[in-house]
Amino acid sequence: MKTGIVSWGAYIPCYRIKVEEISKIWGSDAESIKRGLKISEKAVPGIDEDTVTISVTASRNALKRSKIDPIEIGAVYFGSESHPYAVKPTGTIVAEALETGPDYTTVDLEFACKAGTAAIQICMGLVKSGMIKYGLAGGADTAQSAPGDALEFTAAAGGAAFIIGKKDVCAEINHTVSFTTDTPDFWRREDQKYPSHGGGFTGKPAYFRHVLGAAKKMMKTMGTTPKDYDHAVFHQPNGKFPSRAAKMLGFSEEQTKQGFLVPFIGNTYSGASMLGLAAVLDQAKPGQRIIVTSYGSGAGSDCFDISVTEKITEARKKAPLIKTYIENKRYLNYADYSKKTKQYIME
Amino acid sequence: MRKVAIIGIGMTKFGNLWERDLVSLAVEAGAKACKDAGVDKDKIQAIYGGTMSGGLFVSQEHIGALLADYSGLKNIPSTRVEAACASGGLALRQAYLDIASGMHDLVVAGGVEKMTDIGGGAATNTLATAASQEWEAVQGATFPGLYAMIAKLHMKRYGTTERQMALCAVKNHKNALNNPNAQFRRQITVEGVMKSTRIADPVKLFDCSPISDGAASVVLASEKAAEKFSKNPVWIKASGHATDTLSLHDREDITTLKATVEAAKQAYSQANLKPADIDCVEVHDCFTIAEICAIEDLGFCKKGEGGKFVEKGNTKINGKIPVNTSGGLKAKGHPIGASGIAQAIEAVLQLRRHAKGRQVDTEYAMTHNVGGTGATAVVHIFGREK
Amino acid sequence: MTVPQIWRKIPQFYNLYGKKCSSCNKLYFPPRDICVECGDHKLENFKFRGKGNIITYTIIRTPLSDPEGELIDRPAREIPYILAVIELEEGPRLTSEIVDCSPDEVKIGKKVESVFRKIVEKGPKGVIQYGYKFRLSG
Repeated sequence: MKTGIVSWGAYIPCYRIKVEEISKIWGSDAESIKRGLKISEKAVPGIDEDTVTISVTASRNALKRSKIDPIEIGAVYFGSESHPYAVKPTGTIVAEALETGPDYTTVDLEFACKAGTAAIQICMGLVKSGMIKYGLAGGADTAQSAPGDALEFTAAAGGAAFIIGKKDVCAEINHTVSFTTDTPDFWRREDQKYPSHGGGFTGKPAYFRHVLGAAKKMMKTMGTTPKDYDHAVFHQPNGKFPSRAAKMLGFSEEQTKQGFLVPFIGNTYSGASMLGLAAVLDQAKPGQRIIVTSYGSGAGSDCFDISVTEKITEARKKAPLIKTYIENKRYLNYADYSKKTKQYIME
Repeated sequence: MRKVAIIGIGMTKFGNLWERDLVSLAVEAGAKACKDAGVDKDKIQAIYGGTMSGGLFVSQEHIGALLADYSGLKNIPSTRVEAACASGGLALRQAYLDIASGMHDLVVAGGVEKMTDIGGGAATNTLATAASQEWEAVQGATFPGLYAMIAKLHMKRYGTTERQMALCAVKNHKNALNNPNAQFRRQITVEGVMKSTRIADPVKLFDCSPISDGAASVVLASEKAAEKFSKNPVWIKASGHATDTLSLHDREDITTLKATVEAAKQAYSQANLKPADIDCVEVHDCFTIAEICAIEDLGFCKKGEGGKFVEKGNTKINGKIPVNTSGGLKAKGHPIGASGIAQAIEAVLQLRRHAKGRQVDTEYAMTHNVGGTGATAVVHIFGREK
Repeated sequence: MTVPQIWRKIPQFYNLYGKKCSSCNKLYFPPRDICVECGDHKLENFKFRGKGNIITYTIIRTPLSDPEGELIDRPAREIPYILAVIELEEGPRLTSEIVDCSPDEVKIGKKVESVFRKIVEKGPKGVIQYGYKFRLSG
């Protein structure tokens, strides 16, 4: 059997802040921001939530969906821009919470918003080569944004985890390609609290070049056209970029609808394309085909061509759907938001 | 077992005593107790000193030797006793057992705590070491929080009200008006308690005993020594001591301090007395709900009726069973290690008829000292007759 | 708690491991080495499901104020926070924080389930202690 996704799990914190609430503080026009970014609210972590707790919860959901003994997991890779430790792996804490036992390998990954899909690729390689039976790959973030910065409207919290293996796969990964260059569109230097970005430079030479480059390469390799896919997921830093990328590639709104979460939860960075894929798996029917393209600033895109199997119907019932997390929400005012994210000390 | 009497008492003022350190407080109380007993300090054969956390409050351990050293009692055996807030009561019990066993004839039992050298946050943290660190404190439990959870369940189960709890604080402040050593000597009102800062619902600031500095000491004597030195000995009729689970959540019943029930049972049995025979009692009112639980668990009213019992005025100075005539921990102050000893001092003052302005016609007085949320309880009964 | 103290309790904090008495089946959380019921020393690991109900609770409104910066531990919780005694379905009780709800939603008897959260940070430089908290499960 082909290597693929044996199981998936997601987690989104329950707190939300609306664009209007943030706009009110900085005197910006909420309506034009909502129109421009195609986002209405974003998910905010509780004061006791971080990349580790989100990764653990998403991974536990993934385990619930599978019949796997956690001891069989031989590799754990989590991608994030907000690993709580600079030195001390998130993977070790997640694996301990999952009770994988000590026979696994891990390292923390960072590639802006695409380290989670890189984790999937690494696990695929290890599974295909026979080095491990199952690998756990995830992406999660509690995204940082400076108060008053444009990123504040979108930088959100959430994550997803996937168990990669060969047995009982719910979704086969037919192929993966990457498109990577040295493009400094968004970065954070060591010891800096908030990232910096190149404004308009994050668009054409960065997001669009790489996302389009990877997706086109995939379709060329596989001999497919957008019509061959039932669902398409693109990294979603805001609502505008993925919609435009889909249109440029020839995908319809119908094809991207299922994995388009950014209007309701914001940009979960390393979690974004992962959550998009998870949301598609929450709904997809056996036989359907999915194309997923991540994007990480710096810059690169990973693209996956995926086919859903009949195993998915049973698996999906065993853990909470993303819909549940999106609907379970509590709105914060800006003061509570600052308190939760400890933003009250401005730099 | 030999009979044991208290023949001397001495305590410092309780409060924020910025200019005083731990040793000077302890020495003052000890010297006063010896003077009161009419005993030259060189006659003291042993010391038992109760202190909860010299280590965390003032970075000083090895308190036993320290007390003997600075009291000028070179080379005598001196033991530090720790049972959180019951350290003082337990030091008294150890001194009692020492004399009762026949080992010594003149022993000092003391208690001291210097709490204000560290900030309020660090002090609260230090107090929380009396709860389970791993399973309560780390999870966010503070002492007001733990007692608040007792109160919440007591209210739900028995209909106890915040007003009834407030009445305990009001009464204790009233009693403290007549205690020159008390930290707070000002009358408060039920409305004042109800409107005070919310600490941990339903516990408010005026439901809590304060953070205090202070020391208290008593001189204990065997029958022979008491007859030799004292004209007005007060006899220890009973000493009960029991423990319970360290964590509140592990208790059989969260609203009952089983350790109090058991220690009281021992004490009543030793003295061959019943609750109705007790004329006044100093209970461990670290929080007002603790006073309500105490009067129930000591048998002065039925379980669950403590709130109503207080409301009817039964615990007032002229009530059926006057509770905390000294002002209690709430108004007199609560320098942890000293509290159990200070309770005994109040019992002695009542029995000697020296409780000026707050005197109760007393034949038998009881003290009740609790550690943590009830993991330790020490109950003593005192009387005028051997 | 120091680093080794935190490390030692990882099975309890991450996955609610307690003990079960091999003789009388009595369950314990946290673990004990001697059965309180029957005195047996043979206790085996037992993982609790993390579901229970609220026995009593309080809303803690005063922080451990720390103007002098004496405390190293930075609890990962907001003021006010909800603290409760919870009875696990299997029997034992524990003390924990209730998260993701407002104080007026908490009632004695409400059902709760465990979540994995940050408990304490040992200052900005120190280790992070993760473990169980609870949320209302409706």
